[in-house]
Order: sequence, then C-alpha cells, then structure tokens
Amino acid sequence: MNKIWLVIQREYLSRVKKKSFLLATLLTPLIFPAIMGIFIWIAVEEKENQSLRIIEVVDENNLFFMESSDQYAFSFSDRSVEEAKELVQKGDRYGFLLIPKIDLEDPQGITYYGEENPNMNLISYLESSLRKKIEDQRLYDSGIDPQILSEIRTSVDVTAITLDEEGGERVSDATVNYAIGFLAGILIYMFIFIYGNQIMQGVIEEKSSRIVEILVSSLKPFQLMMGKIVGIAGVGLTQLLIWIVLIGTLTTVVTGFLGMQMPQQQAMEMAQADMGEAVPNGELGEILAVIQGIDFVTLVGAFVFYFLGGYLLYGALFAGIGSAVDAPSDAQQFMLPVTIPLIVAYMGLFVFVLQDPNSTTSFWLSIVPLTSPIAMMGRISYGVPFWELLLSMGLLVLGFLATTWLAGKIYRIGILMHGTKPSYKTLWKWIKTSN
Amino acid sequence: MLEIKQLNKTYGKNRALTDVDLHVPKGVIFGLLGPNGAGKSTLIRIINQIIDADSGEIHINGKKLAPDHISQIGYLPEERGLYKKMKVWDQMLYFAQLKGMSKAESKSRINAWLGKMDMLSWREKKVEDLSKGMAQKVQFISTILHEPALLILDEPFSGFDPVNAEIIKDEILELKEKGTTVILSTHRMESVELLCDQVAMINKSRKILDGSIREVKSSYRPNIFHVTLEDLQAPLPSAWKAVEDGGLWHFSLALDGKTPNELLAELMQMGQVARFQEKIPSMEEIFIHQVKNRDYE
Repeated sequence: MNKIWLVIQREYLSRVKKKSFLLATLLTPLIFPAIMGIFIWIAVEEKENQSLRIIEVVDENNLFFMESSDQYAFSFSDRSVEEAKELVQKGDRYGFLLIPKIDLEDPQGITYYGEENPNMNLISYLESSLRKKIEDQRLYDSGIDPQILSEIRTSVDVTAITLDEEGGERVSDATVNYAIGFLAGILIYMFIFIYGNQIMQGVIEEKSSRIVEILVSSLKPFQLMMGKIVGIAGVGLTQLLIWIVLIGTLTTVVTGFLGMQMPQQQAMEMAQADMGEAVPNGELGEILAVIQGIDFVTLVGAFVFYFLGGYLLYGALFAGIGSAVDAPSDAQQFMLPVTIPLIVAYMGLFVFVLQDPNSTTSFWLSIVPLTSPIAMMGRISYGVPFWELLLSMGLLVLGFLATTWLAGKIYRIGILMHGTKPSYKTLWKWIKTSN
Repeated sequence: MLEIKQLNKTYGKNRALTDVDLHVPKGVIFGLLGPNGAGKSTLIRIINQIIDADSGEIHINGKKLAPDHISQIGYLPEERGLYKKMKVWDQMLYFAQLKGMSKAESKSRINAWLGKMDMLSWREKKVEDLSKGMAQKVQFISTILHEPALLILDEPFSGFDPVNAEIIKDEILELKEKGTTVILSTHRMESVELLCDQVAMINKSRKILDGSIREVKSSYRPNIFHVTLEDLQAPLPSAWKAVEDGGLWHFSLALDGKTPNELLAELMQMGQVARFQEKIPSMEEIFIHQVKNRDYE
C-alpha cells in the first residue's frame, strides 16, 4: 500500500510540476471567457457601426407593408422587376423582395434577390412579417378584426413538474437539463480520452526505457499499474478543479464588465440565444426555479462517481494496451475496441439520451458500464429512478473491476515483453496464463 | 546465503530452467555464466520475484523467498533505464523509497553516495542531460542505495568506458568486503576471472557446471603440458610438431595416462628441459568448450 502511494505521488507530481500542465491549466480557462468576450464585443461593435441596409420591395398586390428594423429599411415603389434588379446590381439597394400577385390561401412565388447570400435572420424576418400580414388579411377577410384577436391572444406557459416516488415535486425544464447533461457528458468523454492516453503513454515510456524491470523488482506490477492510474486521475481532478474555479471567476468578471456596456435589448437577445427558444423571454424566475429544483447533491455526487468510474474503467484498458506494445504507433490496432464504445456513448448521448432520456436505448446506454459514464450523465438531471441509478453504478464498479483484472493480467506479462508485436491471440494467451 | 533447489520454469513449450540447483555462499562474488537464452535472465527474475517458478524452492538465509526479501535484494538488470525527465536526486529518492527505505534515510545516503562518486553537482540535472556513462553511474548507485545483502548485477559493465568500469569494479569489491553477496551475470570472461570467487554455468536451461574458479579450472584442464627442450640428444618424433627457435624446441604434449612426473622423466632423457608447464584453460575456453560440446549432444 505504501508503495502504491509512492507511485501515485511520483505520477502526480511529475505531471503537475510540468510547465505544459501549468500552461494548459491556466490558459484553457482564459480561452473560454476570452472567446465569449470577443463575441460580445463583436456583437456590440457591429450594432454600433452598422449601416442601414435598404431593401427594395415590389409588391404587385399593393397589400404588404414591411416594418423597418435597426438593420433593414424597406423601400416600396412601382418599379419593374428589371429596374429593381438593376438597383441591386448597381449596389444602390442591398436586396430586392418580389411579391408577385398571390393567392392568399396559398402564397407562392415570393422571391428575394440579393448580391450576397442573405443570412438566416433576414429571411426569417421577411417570412414572419409576410406571414403575419397574410394571416391578418385573411382574418380580416373572414370577418375577424386582427386587433381583437391580438387582444384575445393569451400567453400560456406550461410548468413541468416531476413527481418523485416520495411524493416530492420539483420544477424541471428540458433546456436546463439538456445543458447539464450535455456538459457533464462531454466533460467525462474528454477526460477519459485525454487522461486515458496519458496512462498509455506513461506505461509505454516505462516499458520502452526499460525502467519497468527495476520497478517490478521492487513492487508488484499490479501496484505499479494502479499507482499510475490513480496518480493520473489526481492530475485530472486537480485540473478540473482549477478550471471550474478559474472559469467561474473569469466568466463572471468578463460578462459582468461587458454586460454593463451592452445595450439593454442586445443583452436580452443574447440571453435568449443562450437559453434557446424553449424558454420564453423574461422568465428568469422560472429558470431559477428549475435550477433550484435540481437535486444538486445527487447531480454532483453522480458526476464525481461516473467521472472517476468511467476513467478507472477505461484507464485500466489504456494501461493494458500500453503494456502490450513497444511504441505508441503500435497501439493503434488495440485502440479500436476501446474507442468504439466511447464514441457510441458520445453519439448516443446526442442522438438518444438527450432527445429522450427515458427511451429503451437511453436506458441501456446508461446501464452498460462501457457507455454508462457518459450516457447516465445525460439522463441524471431529468431524474432517474433510484434502482436504475443503483444498477448502473453497481455495474460500473463491476465493470471497472473486470477491466482492471483483465488489464492487470496483460500488463504483468506485457511490460516484460520486448520486440514482439502481440496480436489479440497472444493477449488472450497472456490473460489465460496463471502466473 | 542463497539456496536454490530443483527450480523449473517453462514458457509454453519452451523450457527456461530445468532442475536448477544453486548454492551461493555469503560474501562471495558469484559468476552466473551462460550464452544468451540459456535461462540466466529467467533465474534472475525468479530470484527478484518478478516471475514465479513452476516448481522448486528458493531460500535466502534459511528463509523461504517472500515479498519481505525485496528490501534485501538489489537488482541491476541488463536492460535498464531511468526516467528521462526526472532529476537525478528525485529519481534516486524514488527508487530508494520503493525498496522500503525512509525518506530521511534515503536522502542522507544519496548525499553520501553522490559525494563519494564526485557527482554532487548533478543532483538537479535531468537524466536526459547526462551522458550515457553518467546515467549508468546514477543507475548503479540507485541499485545499491538500500545496502542490499544480495546484489544481482546483470552485465554491469556494459555502457561504461574503461575508467568508469574500473570505478564500478572497485565498488563491487568494496561491497563484497562489507559482506554483500554479489551475483554477477556476464559474458565478459575477463571480469569473471578478475572478480568472481565462484561460478555456475547455465546452458539450455540446465546448470552444466559450478564451483570455485580454481576447482572449475582444474577439473577442466586438458592435461596438456607446454614443453621447451634444448641440447637435444636425438631428433624428436615428428608427430610432436616441435618448432625450433635458436636451438630451443617448443611443443605441447598430452599426458596420455602418464603422471606429469613420468612424462618429465621421459623428457629429461631427450634433452635439457627448459620449460615444463601445465596448460591452464581460461574461463573463456571452458565456456566456449562447454557450450559447443553440449550443442553437439
């Protein structure tokens, strides 16, 4: 036990003391707020320096009126299509909207001409303005005053409440849950890949520089392997912790600082864009309620558990692969069976779990140990039945024990083998060898 | 000190060790000889508890080999290395602690050794900045820091220039004076003759000979004498292939069942005996002879 601790210390300190670790740890959190800051700054600048874009509208129905915005102004005229096109080509107009004679029941042939590709915002702005106008007109035609209708229009918002088995209730919101699952899943995925690779590199280094023969004369190969895996986990946790603290602080500072300079409307738009469309404007209170509704103890507890569990499960496999080969380039052939379940979990997170956390596929992805660390994090903020969580965690522990056992068997023989390129068949032989 | 009985080890269908018995007394330098692939490394790994034997027993100072013994054994493998990015000091500290030494004890011993070997200025250097010879010295010190009772050196001189090899040789002899038992596995027969008190030779998984250097040499002497005669009374038989050099005749004769005295008496009849010396085989000759002989069997 004492010796494992020595190995853990060495693995941890030799990495944490490196300049590259310091750089990556301190610079990465700077990059996020920096990028956010740049985006906000650009948005603010653009708003301020924008030149108004004039769009020529030729309306053969003499019906439509387009409201100008900060960015676009609309000029109505009786010009012919040819003349209007010419205006655009000469650069006098940004674009030209042609509304031919249309059937209001089935409007066809409305066309936008422009020198450059129109952006999504413009097109959707045009579409919604036109639709509104057509709808109003049709209401009017069928004898309803649009004015009255807009007075009748009522804003309805469904608050989703999740009932748990003890009869407790909590407010939930798909968007917030989505964001949590998304972030947690990706973090675990990245952590497994980055630090799993570090384990592999470390094992290969010890093997190819022949340090390992000296090491295993002082301690058991299994102690050496576990010491390395745990030591590197410590490095990852340290990095994560520093990131959370730094990103949190910096983001608050940067957004706070820029937020004051942003026009109010812009800030609202940004907030809305961040939250997605599912959260209607001005309902920050509800978001807060949702966040309050999330069981953070379970969430954080589960995150740490799956974070470490997934890492340990895959870390052992990475160690096993590293021990079997002489150089990182030889490792490719064995990487596939490790990479595939990880990618399945990652894809599954987006395609199934976050879309429908309670589907059968989502269930199985979050139960099978190879995919559960990533998939379960996608489900957890939506609320998962206790027995499922317990089953998934139990299987992850079993899975971790199994991969460690398997990797240990390969490791203790692999690290002493030089100059042979093992196949899956030889690996299997090593696993079967008793001592 | 080290007692090995009926040790067997196979890898799949290959026999690495077959019924090997070995007795290494305390305080000797014991040469472990044999060609590549004979089973030496397997034997050394088993003593170091890196791998397990299939059958057989190993005792150290009367106690069955167990994990406790790790701190009493020092091992310098043939294929060896250090962490390139680690500092000399940290590296030595790590290896010493892995052998079970306390941190304080390790530090004072490392300082003592670095001072003795004139290496104090290397403390903070990374191994990748050292020359190969310097790294080998660091490696050697790391092996003996914990003052093992049994020191196993596998080709310790490879990678050293003659000056440093001499330093290491002296260190090995000094350790022996202090009572350390040393197992020296090497191909360099001149260092065997210089250093070893006892040897064992392994070929094709079996021990084929062992004993003190004197015993081995005398049991493998070919019973041939180098003779020089002058003032010949009669021409020598042409079968003796004598070579003349300014009135001196040199040739070699086998005993052919006679005692050396009988042979000498015969020669005295033939002329003045200027030289009569038994041919003593070098360890190298014994080694080559043994390995070749067995290969034909």
